[in-house]
Amino acid sequence: MLLGGMAATAATVLLKQSSGQVVQTALSGNRLLLHDPTKVLGPMPSQLGSRSPYEQPLRKPTDTSSRTPLQDLYGTITPSDLHFERHHGGIPAIDPQRYELLIHGMVERPTVFTLADLKRFPSLSRIFFLECSGNFRSGKEKMTPQDICGLTSQSEWTGVLLSTLFREVGIHPKATWFLAEGSDAAVMTRSIPVNKALEDGMIAFAQNGEALRPAQGYPARLLLPGWEGNTSVKWIRRIEVSDQPFMTREETSKYTEQVGDKVRQFSFVMDARSVITFPTYPAVVQKGWIEIRGIAWSGRGKIAKVEISTDAGKTWQPAQLGGPVLDKAHTAFRYLWLWDGKATEIMSRAVDETGYTQPTLAQLKKARGNNMGGYHLNSIIAWQIKSDGSVLLVPENTR
Amino acid sequence: MYLRKNLPQQLATGRLLPLCLLVLLAVGCAQKKDDAQPLANKQLPSRFGFGRPATAAQIAAVDIDVRPDGQGLPPGSGTVPEGRAIYATKCASCHGATGVEGPYNRLVSSDTSRAKAIGNYWPYATTLFDYIRRAMPFNAPGSLSNDEVYHLTAYLLHANGLVAADIEMNAANLPKVVMPAEDLFFPDDRTGGAEIR
Repeated sequence: MLLGGMAATAATVLLKQSSGQVVQTALSGNRLLLHDPTKVLGPMPSQLGSRSPYEQPLRKPTDTSSRTPLQDLYGTITPSDLHFERHHGGIPAIDPQRYELLIHGMVERPTVFTLADLKRFPSLSRIFFLECSGNFRSGKEKMTPQDICGLTSQSEWTGVLLSTLFREVGIHPKATWFLAEGSDAAVMTRSIPVNKALEDGMIAFAQNGEALRPAQGYPARLLLPGWEGNTSVKWIRRIEVSDQPFMTREETSKYTEQVGDKVRQFSFVMDARSVITFPTYPAVVQKGWIEIRGIAWSGRGKIAKVEISTDAGKTWQPAQLGGPVLDKAHTAFRYLWLWDGKATEIMSRAVDETGYTQPTLAQLKKARGNNMGGYHLNSIIAWQIKSDGSVLLVPENTR
Repeated sequence: MYLRKNLPQQLATGRLLPLCLLVLLAVGCAQKKDDAQPLANKQLPSRFGFGRPATAAQIAAVDIDVRPDGQGLPPGSGTVPEGRAIYATKCASCHGATGVEGPYNRLVSSDTSRAKAIGNYWPYATTLFDYIRRAMPFNAPGSLSNDEVYHLTAYLLHANGLVAADIEMNAANLPKVVMPAEDLFFPDDRTGGAEIR
């Protein structure tokens, strides 16, 4: 509730309805006095904080995943309890005292590490996004950023570098791949090139300053910055070093995409993408100044620029990036727009430091064919601004 | 004291500019080094000595993966009729009476549908054994014996027209099953830059 104009006998307030619409309403002087926080002693300090009862951002769950409410967030860090979920056999209950990580295969010293062992190594904390490669929905006008691409979130991850662990166990110079295996009911497995481990892979045990959340891999997970989310195997129990990929179900029959008549495999990197988070459905805007806000990210490095179109893609202007711009991280952008009240479409497109420009869905179809499936769809997302101020998605069809 | 006292004036006149540049440069370098190699291995001891050696028994207890060349396949064998019986009891409720109907993942492909299934999309037969053993049935993962997994593998490969009805599936012949989809697969060719792929 935001207090607006303070008249002598009445005030106006902005109320956010359950639909998400913000309405202006008058408040009588009496009611204002009854709610005067300066006349009531508040609660004293407590052991654990909680959100204001007026703020109730929620994930949107299905049987297999839950989506981050991107439109309700500020800045670039996802609160840990709103981080998206995707798991293949539910969330395992793991006692940290009994947790162990085994590293074996093409190593000199097959070794078992307890959680305490992992925490004894030099650790580091770095901010990265994590995105599911199946993070695209469209087809209806009444969709929020959460509905469209809520399977991306960002955290500050703390852990030990895989390069440190591989050095500790003495990885064989001819090793090229390793199997990462989780201890969930799906015993999730992916084959990962050793080079990625040596570049920036880590075993993370903390997220945003506290231990990992169970849904994010407690007590320890693989974290491969910029790569499709399911390669960052959660609840990791075993790493087997090898000289070839293992061709697990998740890298053959799943997480592969048709390109023409062929099937692309090991599509690890998440290409550059952006999404406007305001104004989007179900917001209603007014004529005048509007700050268009959103996030952009690339699995290949830093975001170089984000461009905004407010005329349905005819012309593009650069948005302002919120610094510091980090590698493989959600980057905030904003663009100040003077809306004349006429119906139009707004959209954003990201360009990363490799020169890659976020494509349209038509460009992706042209490159991959009409049976491209649902993985690695990072196309430009457009929003209709109606003359009455309502905002609706421009629905698209992947086929 | 001298610096602090005269700081505003020195900043205004630019007398501190060289110092400022130096500080910025130093911060910039530290930042860059930190970004590139947060913990250069040359700074680390050759070994920390953390963790404990894994015994052969410890490794064997969890080393359940099977590679396309057959490494990891256990002893045992399976037949199509026995696999069909197990399938009806433990798999059909999710995958349909003949592996086509669902509601969950379709397993059996057909000549008339492009729907993805084992026969037209799975590139390696060994993956079937690996996945059934580690994760199926969905409500009782890891509950099947090795022979039961061989039975189911034989049945599903036969249902997809890939092995004969009288096959006795085992560690020797499973890696040799030719999967039609193998030739379709190619490794990621996206490299960033201007091209959309």
